[in-house]
Amino acid sequence: MSATGHHRYVSSDRRVREDRRFVAGKGNFVADVELPNMKHVAVVTCPHAAARIKSIDKSAALAMPGVHYVVDGAELAAATLPLMTGLDTPNVPRRPLALDVARYSGEWVAAVVADSRAQAEDAAEAIEIDYEALPFVLDAEQALEHGSPLVHEAHGSNVLLDKTFVWGEVEKDFAAAPRKLSLRVKWGRSSTVPIETFGVVASWDPWRDMLDVHASIQMPRYADQIGIALKIPATSVRVHHDVDVGGSYGVKRGIKHTVLCGYLSRRLGFPVRLIEDRLENMRGGDAHGPERLFDVEVAFDDQGIVRSMKMRALENVGAYAGRSPFQLGKPIGAIVGPYKIASVEYRAIAVVTNKTTQDAVRGFGQGPTNLALERTMDEVANVLGLDPLEVRKRNLIRHDEFPYLIPSGTTYDSGNYETVIAKVLADTGYDDLKAERDRLRAAGKLAGIGMAACLEPSGGNATFEALLNPAITTSTFMDSCRINIDGMGAITATMHTTSSGQGHETLLGTVIGEVLQVDPDMVRVTRPDSLNSLPSGTPVGSRMAIMLGGAAFHAANKLKAKLTAIGAHDLGIPLERAVYQDGSVSDRDAPQNKRAWADLVQIAFRNYHRMPPGFEPGLAVEHVYQVPTGGTLPTPDGRVQMYPCFSFEFHLLLLSIDPDLGRPEIVRYRLGHDCGTQINPKIVRGMTMGGIAHGIGAALYEEFAYNDDGQLIAQSFMDYLLPSSHEVPAVDIVDHETPSPHTVLGQKGSGESGYLGAPAAIANAVNDAIRGLGISINTLPIKVSTLGDLIAAAQEAAKVKKGN
Amino acid sequence: MKAAPFEYARAADVDEACAWLAADDGARLIAGGQTLVPMMAMRLARPTRLIDINRIAALSYIRADQDGIAIGATTRQRLVERDELVAAKVPLLARAIPNIGHAATRARGTIGGSLANADPAAEISLVAVTLDATLSYRAGGKTTDVPARGFHVGAMVTSLPEGACLTAVRFPVWQGKIGTGFHEVNARSSDFAFVSAAAQVELGADNKCRRIAIGVGAATDHPIRLESAERQLTGTALDPKAVRAAIEAALTDIEALDDLHATAAYRRRVAAVLAARAVADAFADAQGNKAQGHADAH
Amino acid sequence: MRIELNVNGAVHEIEVEPRTTLLDCLRDRLDLKGAHAGCEHGVCGACTVLFDGAAVRSCLMFAAQAAGSAITTIEGVTPGPGELSPIQDAFCETHGLQCGYCTPAMIMAAHALLAGNPAPTREEIVEAISGNICRCTGYAQIVEAIALAAERMRGVNRPRSLTE
Repeated sequence: MSATGHHRYVSSDRRVREDRRFVAGKGNFVADVELPNMKHVAVVTCPHAAARIKSIDKSAALAMPGVHYVVDGAELAAATLPLMTGLDTPNVPRRPLALDVARYSGEWVAAVVADSRAQAEDAAEAIEIDYEALPFVLDAEQALEHGSPLVHEAHGSNVLLDKTFVWGEVEKDFAAAPRKLSLRVKWGRSSTVPIETFGVVASWDPWRDMLDVHASIQMPRYADQIGIALKIPATSVRVHHDVDVGGSYGVKRGIKHTVLCGYLSRRLGFPVRLIEDRLENMRGGDAHGPERLFDVEVAFDDQGIVRSMKMRALENVGAYAGRSPFQLGKPIGAIVGPYKIASVEYRAIAVVTNKTTQDAVRGFGQGPTNLALERTMDEVANVLGLDPLEVRKRNLIRHDEFPYLIPSGTTYDSGNYETVIAKVLADTGYDDLKAERDRLRAAGKLAGIGMAACLEPSGGNATFEALLNPAITTSTFMDSCRINIDGMGAITATMHTTSSGQGHETLLGTVIGEVLQVDPDMVRVTRPDSLNSLPSGTPVGSRMAIMLGGAAFHAANKLKAKLTAIGAHDLGIPLERAVYQDGSVSDRDAPQNKRAWADLVQIAFRNYHRMPPGFEPGLAVEHVYQVPTGGTLPTPDGRVQMYPCFSFEFHLLLLSIDPDLGRPEIVRYRLGHDCGTQINPKIVRGMTMGGIAHGIGAALYEEFAYNDDGQLIAQSFMDYLLPSSHEVPAVDIVDHETPSPHTVLGQKGSGESGYLGAPAAIANAVNDAIRGLGISINTLPIKVSTLGDLIAAAQEAAKVKKGN
Repeated sequence: MKAAPFEYARAADVDEACAWLAADDGARLIAGGQTLVPMMAMRLARPTRLIDINRIAALSYIRADQDGIAIGATTRQRLVERDELVAAKVPLLARAIPNIGHAATRARGTIGGSLANADPAAEISLVAVTLDATLSYRAGGKTTDVPARGFHVGAMVTSLPEGACLTAVRFPVWQGKIGTGFHEVNARSSDFAFVSAAAQVELGADNKCRRIAIGVGAATDHPIRLESAERQLTGTALDPKAVRAAIEAALTDIEALDDLHATAAYRRRVAAVLAARAVADAFADAQGNKAQGHADAH
Repeated sequence: MRIELNVNGAVHEIEVEPRTTLLDCLRDRLDLKGAHAGCEHGVCGACTVLFDGAAVRSCLMFAAQAAGSAITTIEGVTPGPGELSPIQDAFCETHGLQCGYCTPAMIMAAHALLAGNPAPTREEIVEAISGNICRCTGYAQIVEAIALAAERMRGVNRPRSLTE
């Protein structure tokens, strides 16, 4: 494994090759895909939070111009299988179109196919549906109560998952600890909301038994699940990985859209396209993110050392399971954060309510969990009258304590948290920040310093699946790369999934160039379709730098070994004397004896008589790479190794609040980031800044708000507020590189950086600012009006007190 | 989100536009379209015919006349934003306009469109009410002038009669030692304000307030003037405590809006804060001093 | 209805419904796919094109309204096949994008800014792109791209070809 700083191409400031096509508007987004005779879908949505579907009258719609077909839930259910869920909940089936009962406002109940999208929308309005409104429940705690309306009658309760894990001597540690505190923290329902909505074009060819799928997709097992639902072999599904995805950050798993369009194409005999409009997306795209209520209790001593923690996480999943319940499981692999908490009790509860279904969101639950952890650390400091930075330092795992085994069974690979923090404080002196805070306070503002020390688990060893559902025995999480040098000596490498801006093509070129010692720009990267692909776990779990990088590294090394062997054999020297350099092979003892790249290609392609015996002709290799530290399943007491690598980030910010308006403003923001070896620094920094922007949104602006009638009132961008350039301050990012011992180049993931810690740091800053008024706020998003009213009430109470 | 079908016509002049409106109940005028088109995309607005008045040159102008500065209804907000005459003669408008939406929406959005749309948070409506502007509209071949106060009657509701086309707005020009202030608060910088406040002050030679106008927008369903406060503060030295007290008294009975973005309590309370700040800024501005520059001022 | 649109210097006669937006017309009728639909209600800015030199939201205009004005899209500011303009190249240099969906719109906003203000401050750049939402980058590298483009363009004598 290489340490940092010894690379020619890795870590150098290279341009991201994908950028060229995007700056010219020449991306290949799904809405750009036009197939001959393609028709358009618009969906009909249920207006009620819960309703029985009594009848659907399609006649007026079918008579309208351009309309080809109207499909409803009953027809689709008869022809397809329900969508896969990860939990064992057969009485909570999920289908693209509601069958008999619609369970959230915005759920899709019918779909129209027409010559144009506009005509499809016209016809969708003309479909008459008779609904019988049903009782509904929106709040997770209410959904738990006896007597709550049931979202799925046949399931008998609203609970999809209720599992408690006890790792270590929790009760003993609590009994022995001199101090305890409890805290309730709420992560509001938000999501990553890419600017491009989900879209799919499905086209069935009956002569080849092939369903061609172009989609804005980021999802493992996509082709598999399409095949299963449509009851066709997976080898009859061809997903085109060369569609450019306009942002996803986890949520683009449009399996219901795809099954719907796949069915329609097979039924109708032409390509069918569904591009969600923004309303369809927000209300019924099933791309909401976590809505999680944490009850945390910690046991600690007078020094602020946290010995034990109990955490109950209650997730409001929405009306159907999707991936959401598993988002309670992934944080188990970093449940203590960067701290040496010795024992943990964790209770994960997932309930259904009559809200939109969730999907996987950046961090897969780690962001909310970090919020709960970091608010707790600040409150420990507060209760003891200690500095929050000092309390954290006392609890942090030290750099010489790695690899570090946490109570839930995961071993953290490496880290140097104290150095990262020291780097952040080197330029922004902590005392200077405090002085600036004091100046703001003196000038009449409420001002607070917020920090968060958070881990980004990376690598995607998703053993939380087996942990939460023992029926699952998956321990394989892989990715792959194929490299071919052709008869002219040109290099082509393949990757086997879609990308949504992560720069994977650049990643591949860089790693392969590094190993083969050739200019990365000489490496052509392609994306074969799913039938021409090797296995890929797709970009989830911050895994691609590790996994695609790993697969490419090993494949390139296989190629390098083959080239070296060919050169050695042709030079007539033992393998140990052969030196590979910059694409040539020479004799270590007589360097003038050499075989250049062109010679090696010549031998491999045309001179079999010069090849080492038993070698395959040509220069084609592949590598399928299992996730490092993977391959184990949970123990009976619920311990398991999860993700292999742990990046670290330390956020430190100064925030100012106009006390009369309740409007917060981030004044200074500094981030220390350690993701091991950075394969491309421009990509890493971009990811981190983007993550911070997402985090600012989740902390201060974004919420899928519902009214008491179960209507999503934040259903357009007028009410769901995305941070603009005004809302994201300049951030000083200081990097550190603690390589991972598990990966080929020491790289860790950075796809979720910034997002995992920003909300926690902002929440801590706001609380630091308002603590002096005797108030706190532990619900995200922290809205201007809420904060303003809270501050006003506290000031009023203080006045009254003073007056008495 | 495709609009429901409609017919389209371009009007060459205002009377033609009115004739189209008269001929069809479901017809609507389109100028900048920055608020109408989103409503149509969501099918909340479903005109049967759109009458495009964007190219009526006679409706786009900024000029001084004996009554003040007259601005044609289809004048782009962006032009007003950059206009020297407006900056000199109607500084409150110049101060308010950059707060409207984004550069891209101001490039198309019009002064008249904003007034006719009557969003409770519309900055131009607030300024028009604060300065007692006069609006002109044409209907059935006749032009009528109406005061801005009373034009915007409720959320998205004006007193514009059926079939009428707004043609101009006239802002009176204050002479003498003038100062202006404008504040709004929102979640993000360019959102519809939760609360906004506008103030214009004329000082005498003794630096006492000779004349003052205070308006509050977005807190209620249409912009309001704080008349009782204006009366109380005229002739005074605009002491901040007195200003605040007068404003709070004027706001006691308002019916503040309550929605997803802000509570009624918030709006009522912050209306007083912003109005006081606007007056303070106007006061400082009139004396040639720079406004205090609060974080919320955009 | 039949309309005549001036797009990137070329005049096109097109048959459209009145309700066809300029965005949909550019994409579906003229095969100019660079402008993107992100929200279709005028908030995200991914549909931004230049209209007589000013950045506007093409989803908020019906194609019929656009007749008689000069429309410029990302395709119109790309110098040639495989060639990048200074602004485009600056975006590549700073990696001022990731997924690319908001990028053509950001570049059009940059064009509009730099045409009128060759030496913008950071605040002016931030303001100029504040109507364009990006979910990938957090804006930092976009702002840097525009600043870099401005710096490079100030060093070159260029005609202002994009204003009216």
